[in-house]
Amino acid sequence: MSSQIQDDVQLAKSPSLGDLFIQFLIIGAVSFGGGIIAYERILLVEKRKWLSEDEFMAYLAISQTMPGLNSVNLAVLAGDHLRGALGAITATLGLIFPGSLLVLGFGMIYASASDHPSINFILAGIAAAATGLLVAITYKIGDTHWRHVKSLAIIVCTFILMSIFKLALPYVILIMAPISIYLYRPGQTQ
Amino acid sequence: MSLLIHLAWTFALLSVLAVGGGTAVLPEMQTILAHQFGIDHTQFVHIYSVGQLAPGPNMLMVLVIGYQIAGLIGAGVVLLSFFLPSSLMCFYMGRLWNRFGENPWRRSIQNALEPISIGLMSSGVYAVAKASVVSGITLALALVTLYLILRTKINPVLVILGSGGFGALLMAYLK
Repeated sequence: MSSQIQDDVQLAKSPSLGDLFIQFLIIGAVSFGGGIIAYERILLVEKRKWLSEDEFMAYLAISQTMPGLNSVNLAVLAGDHLRGALGAITATLGLIFPGSLLVLGFGMIYASASDHPSINFILAGIAAAATGLLVAITYKIGDTHWRHVKSLAIIVCTFILMSIFKLALPYVILIMAPISIYLYRPGQTQ
Repeated sequence: MSLLIHLAWTFALLSVLAVGGGTAVLPEMQTILAHQFGIDHTQFVHIYSVGQLAPGPNMLMVLVIGYQIAGLIGAGVVLLSFFLPSSLMCFYMGRLWNRFGENPWRRSIQNALEPISIGLMSSGVYAVAKASVVSGITLALALVTLYLILRTKINPVLVILGSGGFGALLMAYLK
């Protein structure tokens, strides 16, 4: 990554922790309905030029490989890049703060009203739509994997172990990860 | 106290197992919460769904689960234990990365984990659908949502609110 330091765009100098917090707080507050990675890219690469395009892609790849939510991982990595460990904490807190407050508000209403029959009709409608949304997201993220035999075989085996055989998640990963890594070892084609 | 430790351990484990994002651990979370914490499937799906209305990372709804189980302290414990372990791993991996740079195995591992994560997401879809698609009407609402999200640019939050509004209308009609 050191070769990218002198990119053709002059990268902006490190922001203050306060600025970092506010910028990620804005993303955490406006990203209704998902697309949070896109907001992060706009902030980091376009609006403030805190990262070069190459740095952003490298961090996104790490975020996707490591466990955890991609958007949170990306905030951790970008924050660390800009301001070290404190920057990582600041960016992450900014990102999750607005949504956490809102979700807790929902939670308190839910805890006090979930027995009410009329609320249940609304919740049933919301849950049905959230399921449709989840199918759409899974379909989109799967992208070309649905058409490759090797990927599809791994998807199906994982699903069967998890949903049909009902194995616990650690076992599913312990079984599938070595098989999949072997199939995708360096030098193999997609 | 032992409840909080149990809660912390459960969500910390889910955190490090969340390959490819939070949706991958939905079925496991649903099962554990039903068996060990008394959150039934319907409650779980309600909480998950309402959580989709909030901005920010899409798994913040774990806070509501913590709140349901052990109040505000529970929400705090779940927030820390679900977000801290994976974030720490990513933090150190990022630093190692800057030191060692590109390696053919990294690409391989990412390629290998992607289909596993999609398989786990499919299990997540299945788990959520079993608890939410329970009638002709809910099936229709799920399919309309799927269509709107794949084919139009309407913000998903509006579609979800619309579907909830339809549920409310139905209630008024049935009264």
